[in-house]
Amino acid sequence: MIRKRNSGGEGQGAHHPNLAHHFDRPVQQYDAAKMGMWLFLATEILLFSGLFCAYAVYRANHPDVFIYASTFLDTPLGALNTCVLLFSSLTAAWAVRAAQLGQKNLLVGLLAVTLLCAFGFLGIKYVEYSHKWKHGLLWGERYAPEEHGEVSGHEADAAAAAHADPADDHASEEDAGGSAPPIPATPKRAAVGPGGLTDAALDDPGETKEEVVTTPVDPHNVNLFFSVYFGMTGLHALHVLAGMVVFCWLMIRAMRGTFGPRYFTPIELGALYWHLVDLIWIFLFPLLYLIS
Amino acid sequence: MVESPNSENHPEVGHLLPLWLLMGTFGALIVLTILTVLVARIDIGSLNIWLALAIASTKASLVAAIFMHLFWDRPFNRIILIGSLLFVMLFLGITLMDTLEYQVEMIPGPAPAFQK
Repeated sequence: MIRKRNSGGEGQGAHHPNLAHHFDRPVQQYDAAKMGMWLFLATEILLFSGLFCAYAVYRANHPDVFIYASTFLDTPLGALNTCVLLFSSLTAAWAVRAAQLGQKNLLVGLLAVTLLCAFGFLGIKYVEYSHKWKHGLLWGERYAPEEHGEVSGHEADAAAAAHADPADDHASEEDAGGSAPPIPATPKRAAVGPGGLTDAALDDPGETKEEVVTTPVDPHNVNLFFSVYFGMTGLHALHVLAGMVVFCWLMIRAMRGTFGPRYFTPIELGALYWHLVDLIWIFLFPLLYLIS
Repeated sequence: MVESPNSENHPEVGHLLPLWLLMGTFGALIVLTILTVLVARIDIGSLNIWLALAIASTKASLVAAIFMHLFWDRPFNRIILIGSLLFVMLFLGITLMDTLEYQVEMIPGPAPAFQK
């Protein structure tokens, strides 16, 4: 069905190069695209909410483990990553403005800076991950920290200041930009149950656990934290990677002069996605790194 | 959403963010990040996580409202975002309610049934 509106010369419809046939006017196409993008962002939020729920449940049940394990994360690097992503959000939003004003060179430059920031974010993540890999601080079954001291250094009274450095243990010799406390040896035992339940027979015979008042940190459950940590930050990093691919494509199109005041929707949608990636990190940072 | 006159340097559709607003929002976000880090060092017990979440929510609102243009956008897009967040809170809330229900059964002492 050919509408007169589109085949005639009136309105912007017939001559607008980017107006698809199933839309009447550019503003309708723009609104539809934006709404579709927001619906997709809602599904992304729900995707991450599954991992946030896992975090919430594990942290509610093992708060001591989370406090203890969080000290292995490098807070300055995490804060730096936050600032890098915030800056990239600025340049992405600014890129939308540049496209709307037809400032082509500025647009390409801002998209490039956003890409650089994303690259920097992944680089810092690589530094963090490689440090953890080196020290065996991995997820689930692969949690095998280097042995520096004995478990006996972490008794019930030390649990209250669990993140304080136990002075009797050896300090770790290399620290890739972190102040990680020495990692205790993980006893090779099966699940000992929720925090507080330990079998005295398996420990150093000299210790008695009957008068335990505070919950001793069971090293075996620390891998729960790292499962959650790697799951959440890993999925987030994958999203950053996907965002980088999108921005590369946008940058190439921008260099060809595709975008301007008449058509900048892809830039806007790409920026929306990027802001969501930033939003998720805004929540990840305090929840993972700033557990006091 | 707003159709502006089709002049050369003005967008046909959508809303143009002023530069000072962009920069100001970025500055506010950095300040809030610093605040988050500083506040985390003060121990106020169980309130810590709620305060951290409150600051994070403020930052998120700034990003969503200004960077993502939601303040000037169609109300339905706002409903989509807030709706998804409500469902997330429902999800986490009910799950936490359930799991915290069983904490009273975690009795201190040896539990041979759990140990292999």
